[in-house]
Amino acid sequence: MLAWTIYISFAAAAAMFLLKPESRQGARVLAVVAALAGLGVGLVGAVQHAGGGLVTIQKLPWVPTIGAEYHLAADGISLTLVILTGLAAVVGILFSWNVEHRTREFFALYLALIGGVYGVFLSFDLLLLFVFYEIAIVPKYFLIAIWGSTRREYAAMKLALYSFIGSAMVLAGLVAAYVVSGAQTFSLVELAKYPFPASFQNWAFPLVFVGFAILAGLWPFHTWAPTGHSAAPTAASMLLAGVVMKLGAYGCLRVAMTLFPEGLAAWRDVFGGLAVVGIVYGALVSLTQRDFKFVIGYSSVSHMGFVLLGLMTLSTIGLSGAVLQMFSHGVIAGLLFGVVGRMVYDREHTRDLDELQGRRLGRTMPFAAVTFVVAGLASMGLPGFSGFVAELKVLIGAWQTFPKFAVIAGVGIVLGVAYTLRAVQKAFFSGDKEDVPGAVQGGHGHGESAITLPEKIGAVVLIATTVLIGLYPKLLLDWIVPSFASPLFDGLRKGGLQ
Amino acid sequence: MTNEDYYQLLKLLAPEWTVVGTVLAILFADLQFWRNRSVAWRSAGAALILTLGCAVAAGLLVWKRAVTADLLGGTLVLSPVSQYVKLGLLGLAIVTAWLCTEGEFTDHIGEFVALIALATAGMMFLVSTENLLMVFVALELVSLSLYVMTAFNKRSPRSAEAALKYFLFGGMTAAFTLFGFSFLYGLTGSIHLPTIAAKISWQAADPLTLVAIVLVVAGFGFKIAAAPFHLWAPDAYEGAPAPAAAFIASGSKVASFFVLGKLLSVGLPGVGGSGAWKAFTPGWLAVVAILATASLIFGNLAALAQSNLRRLLAYSAIAHAGYALLAVIGGSQPALLYYAITYAVTSVGIFGVVAVVENRTGNEAIAGLAGLRERSFLLSAVLSVFVLSLAGVPPLAGFFGKFYAFAAAAKLGTGLGYWWLVALALGASCVSLFYYLQVLRQVWVAPAPGGEGKIAGGWMVSVLLVLLAAVVLMVGAAPELLIRFLK
Repeated sequence: MLAWTIYISFAAAAAMFLLKPESRQGARVLAVVAALAGLGVGLVGAVQHAGGGLVTIQKLPWVPTIGAEYHLAADGISLTLVILTGLAAVVGILFSWNVEHRTREFFALYLALIGGVYGVFLSFDLLLLFVFYEIAIVPKYFLIAIWGSTRREYAAMKLALYSFIGSAMVLAGLVAAYVVSGAQTFSLVELAKYPFPASFQNWAFPLVFVGFAILAGLWPFHTWAPTGHSAAPTAASMLLAGVVMKLGAYGCLRVAMTLFPEGLAAWRDVFGGLAVVGIVYGALVSLTQRDFKFVIGYSSVSHMGFVLLGLMTLSTIGLSGAVLQMFSHGVIAGLLFGVVGRMVYDREHTRDLDELQGRRLGRTMPFAAVTFVVAGLASMGLPGFSGFVAELKVLIGAWQTFPKFAVIAGVGIVLGVAYTLRAVQKAFFSGDKEDVPGAVQGGHGHGESAITLPEKIGAVVLIATTVLIGLYPKLLLDWIVPSFASPLFDGLRKGGLQ
Repeated sequence: MTNEDYYQLLKLLAPEWTVVGTVLAILFADLQFWRNRSVAWRSAGAALILTLGCAVAAGLLVWKRAVTADLLGGTLVLSPVSQYVKLGLLGLAIVTAWLCTEGEFTDHIGEFVALIALATAGMMFLVSTENLLMVFVALELVSLSLYVMTAFNKRSPRSAEAALKYFLFGGMTAAFTLFGFSFLYGLTGSIHLPTIAAKISWQAADPLTLVAIVLVVAGFGFKIAAAPFHLWAPDAYEGAPAPAAAFIASGSKVASFFVLGKLLSVGLPGVGGSGAWKAFTPGWLAVVAILATASLIFGNLAALAQSNLRRLLAYSAIAHAGYALLAVIGGSQPALLYYAITYAVTSVGIFGVVAVVENRTGNEAIAGLAGLRERSFLLSAVLSVFVLSLAGVPPLAGFFGKFYAFAAAAKLGTGLGYWWLVALALGASCVSLFYYLQVLRQVWVAPAPGGEGKIAGGWMVSVLLVLLAAVVLMVGAAPELLIRFLK
């Protein structure tokens, strides 16, 4: 059932080219139908899989010569991220309803990216996982290079090269694991059982972990993220921050940590430390940005730091917090980028906070202002929103293992409040009264229009999700927590996972 | 040697005879009947005859696919794998022949197509022998045909320059190869690969063995355009008529890699030495490792600076020779052949697109592709498939080819072994993504220059390009489709 999320996305991407180039509405409808179908299939499949254990969806020989299999499966972690992908895909399309330039190509690439992402979350064969992981790179390049804004070609190339370098590192580790185990298999479950020698794990773990973590925005390999996010068109920023960064974190957890638990033990403090640096650094830089999208871009680096810190805690509470944070940040970052990229930038044609300052957007576009304030509150980690539960769990986990890091990460949360409030205030609620008439005139270009229905639906869906998970996190945790009991995590349990 | 043997030989060589017969048929038809026809008509006619001839030869190969034979002391050695490789060569020849219908670079198109068939016959002999002399003769048949094809555009000085460079380098390295063969004969008293393998080893030999190895590897290094024997490649790729360049980049590479792999692993297994990390010992493994390193570094770095599409492809070919040499080192025939065949299919496809675009626009700069998407969606789509495959992006064939070759090299040796080379190759493919994306950037991102209309290739070329792209995609997504024929 869940496998259809992948097939539907790719089939719809190919079907785009059956449409006439000028039928923009057709492309939009096809895209949103495909994304909804993917989300629907994901939800139904997830409900059927209730319990969070590892369930195989499909297992066929793929390249028997080398032992690779077409093995799709899902556990609670996959399910959570599949649902996130479905949500982000649907809302991203709603927020790019106004793409008029090469519409069908836009949605074809968008759906191909989505298909690759679903594939990664559902693959339990290393080679297959890697193939899907790489499939997601090329569409990102074109989405940014063709439909992007500020320095788009630079940002697109930077993102593509960073991703490719990361995946080359992963590939090296993957080949090494395959050769060293000598087991003629790429099955994640089989390889996780294999006791790789400690000396091998000590270099293979950082290789694969960093390879994936580049995409998760691990400091100091995060620099693609802010430039990429801000150059990308709105839907692509939402996907990049919402889903693609999770690919990296997911790979760290699913591949690097399960295969090489001893390597993890040796490098845990280092990567925990880098994660904390990322949290604080991202927040501090975000505090000084003038470009509205850069503020959100750096905040993503900071929030993804919590995911990586959670992974390094090696306790069920920290790990499940990390997965929950992936979901939560996916939803919240999507919302923030939606407001900035679609609601503000497409209407005001600037993202410079100093320029926006006089325009009193809080009055001229109240819906955007309210949405951003709510998203900002969620992003700060206010109780009642999903971010609160997730970051709290991560911090509790971190407190048990590295108390110092937990304290510093706590500072990061305070900084998060600061940069979010700064952005809210500058963008929406500042400006002297006497400046208003002129400024408002400046802001009211002829292109300005009211917030459209698709945007409103998208925003409401995301807000509802973050509130729902914030108030009732058990909904996801009932899937996530039991996942860590599967045999896949045996190695980690021996290494001290409680 | 009895009459019985000769009869057997003739029967087993039926596909080769068919191809040679095709050469004569094309020449005859062109000279006898088509003198007054237009060049376009004659090129299509010649391509059609070649297609029919190759199809008959392919039919014979498929019919006798399970054959194994070893005649006249290794002069003719047939195995299922060699039959399938020949099938691939025939397919590449057919595509190349149809590329001749794009652009009128010569009035003597019949001879050109006949030369394609002649080179194909040479390649077929090349992959079905384990006899050094036969290897050399077949190699020369291929090379001479390709030199002439390169020079075929008499109106272009660059074509002549390219051919001269190709010929001078080729003649020189052919001499080296023959010299190396003579050393091998002198050391072992045999020109039969398995006999050589049995007799040669470091104990029995002396530095002359190493000289022989270096000379032989240098000769093949030229054919596969591995650095530092690559100097002809950029000029030949740039100046040659598109079909000639396509065949140099495809069929010739497949046959040469097949023979190189066989020569080293069947003929010289005892003198491999080692190219492992901090454990270099003399032998062909060390020599090939050096060639691979030089090709990977030089090919990829030089490609970064190119603005001419064909020169870019030449440097990318040098880099790809480096990747394929990893499979040679790994000693995995399926990995090597998978790489060589998929690379050949991709190359011939790219040159197909290049031929159509140049023919319609007269522009061979990378920037000449600007806005291709608006002028031909089909060409843009297939070109993207080919270029992304070269870059090694899954699920295209280039990805699995690299993966398979790297895994083969990584398996070899203990400890760090050949990991240094695998790491270098991985790093090199990251670099390569940059220049491949530059090509695609022109196609999909850059705006089209104003005032130019749509372009399209002939329908047969279009069909073949789509087929090639489909092969690249399918063989990449399901590699077993191809691998099972190569084991």
